[in-house]
Amino acid sequence: MAIKKKERGASEASAKELVGYYREMLLVRRFEEKAGQLYGMGLINGFCHLYIGQEAVVIGMQAAAGAADSCITSYRDHGHMLACGMDPKGVMAELTGRAGGYSRGKGGSMHMFSREKRFYGGHGIVGAQVPLGAGLGFAHKYSKDGGVAHVYCGDGAVNQGQVYESFNMASLWKLPVVFVIENNKYAMGTSSERHAAGQELYKRGAAYGIPGEAVNGMSVLAVRDAAIRALAHARSGQGPYILEMMTYRYRGHSMSDPAKYRSKEEVTRMREQHDPIDQLKEKLLADGIIDEAGLKDIDREVKALVGEAADFSQSSPEPDPSELWTDVLIEA
Amino acid sequence: MPIQVLMPALSPTMTEGKLANWLKAEGDAVKAGDVLAEIETDKATMEMEAVEDGVLGKILVAAGTEGVAVNTPIALLLGEGEDAASLSAAPAAIAATAVAPTPVAAAPAAVALPPAAPDEKVYASFKRQTVREALRDAMAEEMRADPKVFLLGEEVAQYQGAYKVSQGLLEEFGAERVIDTPITEMGFAGLACGAGYAGLKPIVEFMTMNFSMQAIDHVINSAAKTLYMSGGQQPCSIVFRGPNGAASRVGAQHSQDYASWYAHCPGLKVVAPWSAADAKGLLKAAIRDPNPVVFLENELLYGQSFDVPDDPDFVVPIGRAKIERAGAHVTITAYSRMVQVALDAAELLKAEGIEAEVINLRSIRPLDVATIVASVKKTNRIVNVEEGWAVAGIGSEIAALMMEHAFDWLDAPVVRVAGADVPMPYAANLEKLALPQPDQVAEAARAVCYRR
Repeated sequence: MAIKKKERGASEASAKELVGYYREMLLVRRFEEKAGQLYGMGLINGFCHLYIGQEAVVIGMQAAAGAADSCITSYRDHGHMLACGMDPKGVMAELTGRAGGYSRGKGGSMHMFSREKRFYGGHGIVGAQVPLGAGLGFAHKYSKDGGVAHVYCGDGAVNQGQVYESFNMASLWKLPVVFVIENNKYAMGTSSERHAAGQELYKRGAAYGIPGEAVNGMSVLAVRDAAIRALAHARSGQGPYILEMMTYRYRGHSMSDPAKYRSKEEVTRMREQHDPIDQLKEKLLADGIIDEAGLKDIDREVKALVGEAADFSQSSPEPDPSELWTDVLIEA
Repeated sequence: MPIQVLMPALSPTMTEGKLANWLKAEGDAVKAGDVLAEIETDKATMEMEAVEDGVLGKILVAAGTEGVAVNTPIALLLGEGEDAASLSAAPAAIAATAVAPTPVAAAPAAVALPPAAPDEKVYASFKRQTVREALRDAMAEEMRADPKVFLLGEEVAQYQGAYKVSQGLLEEFGAERVIDTPITEMGFAGLACGAGYAGLKPIVEFMTMNFSMQAIDHVINSAAKTLYMSGGQQPCSIVFRGPNGAASRVGAQHSQDYASWYAHCPGLKVVAPWSAADAKGLLKAAIRDPNPVVFLENELLYGQSFDVPDDPDFVVPIGRAKIERAGAHVTITAYSRMVQVALDAAELLKAEGIEAEVINLRSIRPLDVATIVASVKKTNRIVNVEEGWAVAGIGSEIAALMMEHAFDWLDAPVVRVAGADVPMPYAANLEKLALPQPDQVAEAARAVCYRR
């Protein structure tokens, strides 16, 4: 994978923080594997887009997030919710369409929100979250709360016109926004070589005066370093910043994707040589930050959390039939 | 105890499939993520991955087996510290957790009449104002009252509004709250929805509602549906306003009435004022409303003057129609500029001894069905007038509602007077022919009164 070398060394993350990133990435990984398993059992239906392989991106971004920051993304959103601190039980129960889900079973995989955690969805129309996220940035500026909007989109979404409408306004009005392009190399089944004129997506804001950089999105520390730079820029009133995260999804676009548009060797190579969790694990062991027994404890704890979420997602009842008619409008 | 590997569902519709091939043999060590087998669905051959680390202890369904139902155990995986002896301990097939089917909830009885909106306050003193001034005053008053309210759109600030509706607002509220946007409807509508998510109260001006087609994804998918999709957690209080329908000789792309497009969607409120009082009272209500409201103005009305209640608390509740002219013989419903056309028709009919009751709908969603039904129970006849096309239009909706709620009181079929079923022509004579005129409305009223 061609990576533009801009990362600095493994910054000042403390041992405790490093172990925390490992645990959070593992939680996303195990959660998604369990979701895939429940889908296979017919307990989750419809569209279900797994984040496996891309964990370092959102965990690295959140590692640098400020207290007032907000987050918005597309439909590949479970990892972002967990990274924002949303409860795995509520997320999994939404996937199974139960009353205990974040949207009480009315949203599904692509539509969950938590105003408490400042997570603004979960959006199913490719690219629509980008102007919405610029609006979150607008609100940060309008209310002077010091927050920055973290606005995620994929490499496919950057071909949508509204992304450039957003770049233009965000730069024109100096909105505190970091646009995070998660370039996993495939817009559903169409490789970036086949969908994008020009492979350096981080340059797509250049005409609007938005600085951008490509980042090794398989390294949580490289992501964190870049996030610190980008967020500081946006927070200081200099306007938006673009981070192109070079990443990879191991699974298909959605559950029903046989992924015949790429070779098995490519997937295997990414998994074996660039896995974000394995890489951090090796570093933790090599630096003597944690030992095998410590890693096993984390494994067990994460497995238990995911197990609880899976259990809850099956024991939580389906929404009451009366729920069909609620939440259409707020009664004024 | 060994872990059962179940036949997976690999698409939203899959109930069974063929176990095409095993890629691991009994005794092989597997890691989570390793491909165990290939499964053929009706659409594709998919790889099935292990979800746990372990050793493939036993294959229960041989490669090549067709019609394997989803959730059938197909293999046993030995966990840490387990060996072949553990296999006998595995339980037989476990049925997948069955989700009890729930009966489909019945829609609220189709014939139940929605409750009437509360009565409007009566006001004593009035001032003469144009619709344009009334809209401006409504925004200014609400912006004074709530710092979260702001206005954005093309030419709303320095230019004072393409139709001068926002005159003076920049001066009073400054550039942080009265914001000129680039010509980028989809972008600024989406941005405004995001600001709405964050708790601000945007007023989005479209230079015309025709341009809102560039932004309709955000009006529908981002504003109208989010409260529901979030289980009530994420509101979006926002107003989308601008001139709607035909102006004068501006051609097909600048003349469409979008009332029925927006009224189709749950999660939105849609209002269409006629008079300056409607405009002011409804816009104040729309800005205060916690839901997304589509506010349909009309360019030809901007310069017309009406009496507006001179009271700081004046507001018109959304969902309340207004009887503009009482009459016993036929009901004529209309909204926006067509209210004037209906009133003009009523004058023509009066000369012939037909007293028409003209109802200004004001609110398209929710529609004030109770007021229309009460009128029809008196007149037994109804004609709807709209600028938009008849197909799937507001008149079609009213016709259906009258069947549901007033069938036994109707003495004649409901008649729709609507815009001609063509893109709007430019030529003066053709444009006039394409829009409902008072004599057409009068003719429709005579027809339902059997007075032709």
